[in-house]
Amino acid sequence: MHVSLAHFLVVGALLFCFGLVTVATRRNGVGVLMGVELILNAANLNLVAFNHYVVGGVSGQVFALFVIVLAAAEAAVGLAIVLAIFQTFKSIDVRAADALRE
Amino acid sequence: MIMRRVLAWAVAAAFLVAFVVLVTSRIVVPMAPTGQEQVAGGLNAFDLSFYLLSGLAFIGAFGVALSRNVLHSAIGLLIALLGAGALYVLLSADFVAVAQLLVYVGGVLVLVLFAVMLTARIHEVNVSNASFGVWGGLALFFATAPVLCFVAVKTPWPLLPHPELAATTEAIGNEFLGRWMLPFEVASLVLLATLVGAVVIARKETRPE
Amino acid sequence: MMEHATRELAPILVHQVSYLWLIPFFPLLGSVINALFGWQFERAGKKQLVHVVAIGAMACAFAVAVRAFVQMYGLDAEHRFLQDTLWNLLTAGRLTVDLAFALDPLSMMMVLIITFIGTLIHVFSVGYMWDDVEAYWRFFTWLNLFVFSMLLLVMGDNFAVMFFGWEGVGLCSYGLISYYYKDREKAGAGMKAFVVNRFGDFGFIIGMLLLFWGLGGGWGAMLGARGAEYQPAAAVNAVAGAATRAESMALAPQVEVGEGQVVKVGPTLNFRELRDQVVIEKTGVMEHLKEQKLWGIGLLALIGVFLFVGAMGKSAQLPLYVWLPDAMAGPTPVSALIHAATMVTAGVYMVARLNFLFALAPSAMGWVALIGAVTAIFAASIGFFQYDIKKVLAYSTVSQLGFMFIGVGVGAYWAGTYHLLTHAFFKATLFLGSGSVILGCHHEQDMRKMGGLAKHMPVTRWTYLIACWAIAGFPWASGFYSKDEILWKAFTSRNLELFGLATPWLGPAIYVVGIVAATGTAFYMFRSYYMTFSGTYRGGAGHHDEHDEDPHAALAAPHHATSAHPQDGALHAIAAQQEQAAHVAHGHGAHAPAAHDAHGHAGGHGGHGGTPHESPLSITFVLTTLAAGAVLVSLLGIPAAWTHTAPILERWLEPVLLAEVPFAEQPHWMELLFQAIGVGAGVVGWVCARALYKDDVKHAALEAFKQRFFGVWTVVYNKYYVDEAYQKVVLAPALAFARLMSWIDSNVIDWLVNAAGAVTRLVANFDGLIDKYLVDGAVTAVANLTLESGRGLRRIQTGRVQTYLYGIMAGALVLVLFNFVVR
Repeated sequence: MHVSLAHFLVVGALLFCFGLVTVATRRNGVGVLMGVELILNAANLNLVAFNHYVVGGVSGQVFALFVIVLAAAEAAVGLAIVLAIFQTFKSIDVRAADALRE
Repeated sequence: MIMRRVLAWAVAAAFLVAFVVLVTSRIVVPMAPTGQEQVAGGLNAFDLSFYLLSGLAFIGAFGVALSRNVLHSAIGLLIALLGAGALYVLLSADFVAVAQLLVYVGGVLVLVLFAVMLTARIHEVNVSNASFGVWGGLALFFATAPVLCFVAVKTPWPLLPHPELAATTEAIGNEFLGRWMLPFEVASLVLLATLVGAVVIARKETRPE
Repeated sequence: MMEHATRELAPILVHQVSYLWLIPFFPLLGSVINALFGWQFERAGKKQLVHVVAIGAMACAFAVAVRAFVQMYGLDAEHRFLQDTLWNLLTAGRLTVDLAFALDPLSMMMVLIITFIGTLIHVFSVGYMWDDVEAYWRFFTWLNLFVFSMLLLVMGDNFAVMFFGWEGVGLCSYGLISYYYKDREKAGAGMKAFVVNRFGDFGFIIGMLLLFWGLGGGWGAMLGARGAEYQPAAAVNAVAGAATRAESMALAPQVEVGEGQVVKVGPTLNFRELRDQVVIEKTGVMEHLKEQKLWGIGLLALIGVFLFVGAMGKSAQLPLYVWLPDAMAGPTPVSALIHAATMVTAGVYMVARLNFLFALAPSAMGWVALIGAVTAIFAASIGFFQYDIKKVLAYSTVSQLGFMFIGVGVGAYWAGTYHLLTHAFFKATLFLGSGSVILGCHHEQDMRKMGGLAKHMPVTRWTYLIACWAIAGFPWASGFYSKDEILWKAFTSRNLELFGLATPWLGPAIYVVGIVAATGTAFYMFRSYYMTFSGTYRGGAGHHDEHDEDPHAALAAPHHATSAHPQDGALHAIAAQQEQAAHVAHGHGAHAPAAHDAHGHAGGHGGHGGTPHESPLSITFVLTTLAAGAVLVSLLGIPAAWTHTAPILERWLEPVLLAEVPFAEQPHWMELLFQAIGVGAGVVGWVCARALYKDDVKHAALEAFKQRFFGVWTVVYNKYYVDEAYQKVVLAPALAFARLMSWIDSNVIDWLVNAAGAVTRLVANFDGLIDKYLVDGAVTAVANLTLESGRGLRRIQTGRVQTYLYGIMAGALVLVLFNFVVR
């Protein structure tokens, strides 16, 4: 069975699921952010795979690059927020940051 | 009175059953996926490198998801990103792969590690990365992964006959400064705004309370 | 007769012109002006401005239509297609809808009818509605708007514009029928027309969507259902979405059908594109449509039947005809415009426009012809016993529409269309003649109170007689040519099917029904003629309180009431106002305004309560023109059996009506014989009517007949109890269903609600008990309860992203499963 689109999609799907689990179960804010990075990477893998096997050209890769740019931006802001949370709650446990709940 | 009530319920149930039967016979059965023919063959270098790299990415992802130590998680993320970046090369996306290395591995990961160190050391606590709701996480995984894999495998994708492996950097450069000019510029604006925003948010620590 | 020779069909060559939009624009402009400023005109005492605007708009529209006709006449027969695209309305994928107008010979004919007869009816309305104390401007606003909608309907280049007009005429007919909206019954009649029309429109929409769907080849999933060997036509190759018109055009798959000629195939709402891809066999669309099935029924038959349901509603066929007789509540010019010349012919027009589709579905054609025939004889028989002159004409209209549907149903499209044309003329003459009679008899509509009007109203009498000749089918007036062509084609038709079974006997059967209906037509029309115009005048001064049909009656009645009794305050301000208006209207001495005389309507209501009088010039002029038209249009349809060349109108319409329907070959003498039979039928009807009704003779035979067949007579006299049947069959089940729903609501649903309530109450009681026993002070208990419940509810809102993530994923999974696994 030669490697084809479906293989890459499965890899992407599993990476996505791992990312999802990470986001869902981590207490650490930084860990949650790592899960988000994983999810974005899975999506990127899908974009590039589709671009290669279905569409042709480079538009999918361009899109993937945009995603990378936005992921970097998101990581920067996200980590800044983590720092701010740490300042406020003296903890980076996401369960602590439920001020809006009250 | 009882009889009439029973009758009404029976009519409603009959309608429901009829509807379900109709939907099943008219829509579900004719539209069941047929699947795609898979061609069997030997393992070549491409396949081998795919399996190796995807295995690498899985190991990394495993680490991210399950490691108890957040530093280990970060290293797992490094491995996963490296694996995924190498997979891009297999997909004829050399420039994306390089960008992945530079931006993710070089930039984001360092940022993450900085954050870990910063927050952990100040608070003088164990660099712990404990999880909560492990069972919920497992349930989520086992609900999502099979469905996604099923969809990925069973959908009859309209494949290109001969996907070609070629250098794409030049084409991407042309695209960025041609067709995607406006999004490209907007992306730089976004980065600028991010920069400013991150500084503003993180700056709070110096503000007197 | 035979049209077996297959023609090489080419795509229509479009001539872009830029002035077609003016035709509907002028009536719209007139309508808008009257709607915005009409009441100011009236208040300023310049009432005539209202109709100057309205008639001016109509005349301009007619002039532009004539201009278009001249240009079209100069073109080759195959290339007569003028188009004017204004702008793009919407584009979604392959679907492009433009606001575009098109004229081909068929719609050209319709536009000429609408603008010409419409203009005349506007002129007539001036004389008829001048004394109206309701809003004169409102009447002309609706009338112009109606013409606008009708022009949209016939000129629309695609289904969307046509449908806009289709709904617009429904709305305008509602507004016009309920013009006297203060009268509950008349407002109800308008509502009835609107609702019944909606039933038809529903069918129209379904037919339209089915057609669109069928052209597209079905949903993508159908590929899976049909298996790999399914090879759809070129039309089926679905193409991704487009955002603009140009993109949509570029996306459309095209098939080359000749040297350099390409035809766009696939789903479309455009008539020309539809026609091109269906009639040109090379595209494969016809085959594709023919083999399409929906739930085991041929798609084409289904489309035909649903579109015909739409036609049924608009064109008043069984069983949706019930609104038309009631629509006589509107002012008489409205009856003439809507219910004779234009709106009711919309269905016939639609079937003729889509003739290439109907010709592919013999089952649908069989239904159209059958319903037409049944309607023709059914309505004719009701017409025998009506005493209201307008009701007679209403049922006559229904019956004649039945004839038209026989024509388009058996495949004689040009004959059906020709009957539409002749009917527009003679029925408009009849309606306006009846309007003149009603005006002359001081708003009396009951024929039993008329009689002997021949010497009082010579012009009306002669025009009415000419129109009667035309409708009865005498060879010098137009009705003969169209009706006999229809019946002859019906007799020779062998192509009809019902439920997919070939029924060669259906054509002759329809012929027999049609000839009986034609006899009946002659009978009831001459009955109305003799009852109205011969003998002696039976009406008198004191008849005003016995009628309720005509608008003016409602105004005249309070006038009499108030003059007969001292004002006791029961009829307060409105009645007083009406009385004053009625005084003015009836021209009592010095109250007549100057404008009244200036427009030559002074005679309109002079001599109140006395003998009937001829109508003013504006009315007689219109009547004469229309009657002349009713005779002259016969020149367009001199049968081929006489001249050995196809009639002018048939040749004119040939590029549009290109469906090839086979007819049986019959000898030449037979056609002449059948024409003689047709004339004979008319003569029989005439003789019977003359013997029974001329000069007030109440023939003994009539009474004997009535006594003998009293049961039958009662049934027919009561219009076959159709309204009652509707009450029982449609309304009662609807109400019963509503009651059932109400019962389910009150028993099942309420029971659930009550049960939930009971459980809640139980829990609450339990809770209350616990509180009472656990906590000493009630205040503390309440405070604790609030706190606890708040805490409990807060658990849902965790404020934690992860919790929400589960919800998001669950929802996404459900969607994915629905899309991929369940499907």
